[in-house]
Amino acid sequence: MKLKLATATAAAILAAAPAMADLVFPDLSYRTGPYAANGIPFSDGYQDYLTLLNERDGGIGGEKITINECETGYNTEKGVECYESTKGEGSLVYQPLSTGITYQLIPKVSADGIPMHTMGYGRTSAKNGRVFKWVFNYPANYWDGASHAVTHILNENDGDISDKTIALVYHNSAYGKEPIRTLEKLSEKHGYDLTLLPVDHPGQEQKSQWLQIRREKPDYVIMWGWGVMNQVAIQEAVNIRFPMENFIGIWWSGSENDVKPAGKAADGYKALTFHNLGSDYPVYDDIQEYVVDRGKAAGAGDQIGTVLYNRGMYAAMLATEAAKTAQEIHDTSAITAEQMRDGMENLEMTEEKMAAIGLPNFGPEFTVTCENHGGNGMGAVAQWDAEAEEWSLITDYFQSDQEILQPLIEEDSMQYAEENDIELRCDE
Amino acid sequence: MFYREAGDFKTSYAEDTQTFPIRFDRYRYFAVLAVAFLVVPFVINDYWLNAVFLPFLIYSIAAIGLNILVGYCGQVSLGTGGFMAVGAYACYKLMTAFPDVNIFFHVIIAGGVTAAVGTLFGLPSLRIKGFYLAVATLAAQFFLVWLFNRVPWFYNYSASGQINAPERTIFGIPVTGAETAPWATYLLCLVFLTASALIARNLTRGMAGRKWMAIRDMDIAAEIIGVNPLRAKLSAFAVSSFFVGIAGALFFAVYLGAVEVGEVFGINKSFLVLFMVIIGGLGSIFGSFAGAAFLVLLPVLLKNLLVGGLGWPTDLAAHLEFIIVGGLIVTFLVAEPHGLAQLWRVAKEKLRLWPFPH
Repeated sequence: MKLKLATATAAAILAAAPAMADLVFPDLSYRTGPYAANGIPFSDGYQDYLTLLNERDGGIGGEKITINECETGYNTEKGVECYESTKGEGSLVYQPLSTGITYQLIPKVSADGIPMHTMGYGRTSAKNGRVFKWVFNYPANYWDGASHAVTHILNENDGDISDKTIALVYHNSAYGKEPIRTLEKLSEKHGYDLTLLPVDHPGQEQKSQWLQIRREKPDYVIMWGWGVMNQVAIQEAVNIRFPMENFIGIWWSGSENDVKPAGKAADGYKALTFHNLGSDYPVYDDIQEYVVDRGKAAGAGDQIGTVLYNRGMYAAMLATEAAKTAQEIHDTSAITAEQMRDGMENLEMTEEKMAAIGLPNFGPEFTVTCENHGGNGMGAVAQWDAEAEEWSLITDYFQSDQEILQPLIEEDSMQYAEENDIELRCDE
Repeated sequence: MFYREAGDFKTSYAEDTQTFPIRFDRYRYFAVLAVAFLVVPFVINDYWLNAVFLPFLIYSIAAIGLNILVGYCGQVSLGTGGFMAVGAYACYKLMTAFPDVNIFFHVIIAGGVTAAVGTLFGLPSLRIKGFYLAVATLAAQFFLVWLFNRVPWFYNYSASGQINAPERTIFGIPVTGAETAPWATYLLCLVFLTASALIARNLTRGMAGRKWMAIRDMDIAAEIIGVNPLRAKLSAFAVSSFFVGIAGALFFAVYLGAVEVGEVFGINKSFLVLFMVIIGGLGSIFGSFAGAAFLVLLPVLLKNLLVGGLGWPTDLAAHLEFIIVGGLIVTFLVAEPHGLAQLWRVAKEKLRLWPFPH
């Protein structure tokens, strides 16, 4: 009897309690493991913005928001478990913040009919909305990022980099391998030499890669790193006295957590970004008033205003704007995942909208269409000032090399469509 | 009361040597099989499948495989993750190269490929033993993962370096890809697990198993009584890798659908399966099931209890999970060094006499 009781309780606990709520935004976060340093601020920003809407506006269009957090540890198996345990609770949109989990979820969300937004990560060719109905990656993607870095190097060298060498230090995973094709294509176009230096998960051991950089002396180093790998790479670059202004990280390799461990020596390190930085925005006053002061800040509440916090907030803002759009289209406040998708596909981010939210000039303007799920590929370069301990933009937003990227996206997405028998949309 | 052999007479050798000689045990076994095959498929949903059943079934196959090598033959291996990767990549290459052949056979052939690779990496076991062998198999782990990351042929030159399982069907019912029904994938894995367990059980109580155990207990003595260590050790490596390869193939094709070798089949996977074997019980098929269930179910259970039930922050729950699982492992092994299988065995011994133990 005891055993039976124990089994029954265990079974009851195993079956996650479904909490039917109004608007459910799951947050597949990672606050543990080697990627936690980057996962925490993003998740905090994501949740704080949603909490702000709940506290200040009473949700979106009168519907309360429920946040469903689930710890993935950046691990694909746990990510799948999180997805399965939360999808039945009316989840509107998934943002897993992991390229590995994204690859795992693309077929699942497509089968279950729940949209997924991979902002600046995930599968780049998901930009092609004709193939990927349920996946969005606006406002920018990895191949945009690769092109941004090369364009920035071009601009610094007056448009001629045919005698330069560029090394790519990358996380040896689907994430880190994303830019390789693009960088190779761009190297054909601009004539630079490309060296590839993979770093294995989790990235604490990079001595040999940086020894090779020291020996071969590439003119520029581009990095595709995440989590503890960023900190180690920047420290190693400092150790071999690599000129920091020639070291450019993707937007996931450019947060305070990444540069601070290297101290003053990290001064001048550059990273890409697709949104603005700092906490000098009206929305932060509201977050302070409605979220922090009421003791509702997510996590420890010490990440507010950091780069990744901003990015998490930006992700939440885009999601809620899409939800508002969906509410307008379907004329109902209690939207479903399917209606949410329509909202995302018709999302239009304008300067007026961002200013009204309290984030003037925070991100680029873009419009999502049926064919284009990826925005216009605008990005900028930020630089770390170790003295003032802050990131600042050193360029305007500029567009990636669409001439190179568009055919690549077309090719890769068509291959996926063929492999998976997907009928192309948007033709009617 | 029920669990005893009194009155349970055997009239033939076959009856006397069957796996479950006690009638009650036998019926319980059939009942478990009946529930697994006839009841669970009708009630299973996506969450139960992906969070509980698929990992449990697949890890059980892997644990059975490793148990043959470590538990029965005494050869410590830390290469399980690498061998699972061999199974996964073999399955992927076969699936994409021969799309018309049934996935069922691909999985079995993938097991065969892994058996060949496992035998190759088992060769050092003829000269080195114990910890030294563990280190040699560790090399296999790292080499194989490196290989699958390094050589684009293995992932069909895909830009991301990932392998993705295309949709494949059995009897017209999809079992891989996105459009699978929970019961279909569940039944496929259950069939493989049942077959693996039956084969493993019968191998280990036959001549092959006795040779392995002789090698495990004292290899010099085994050699003197006529056990050929070369064949015994290599056959253990081959059979073990075969099951591990099947587990890897199912893990990739049916469970995850997309795999990144460094993350999914890293050294952590090797340790996880080894822990399953040690906690479950070395040299016991039931132990493989128990160990897999313990390490798959407990984290899910704790997470649902702490986050879903008590509403604690997810990071706190994740850290507590490590502490609790780790603490329980230590407690279990201190209380019963032979694992969960021994607890089960002791319980059965006591039940035989219950309620009159004297």
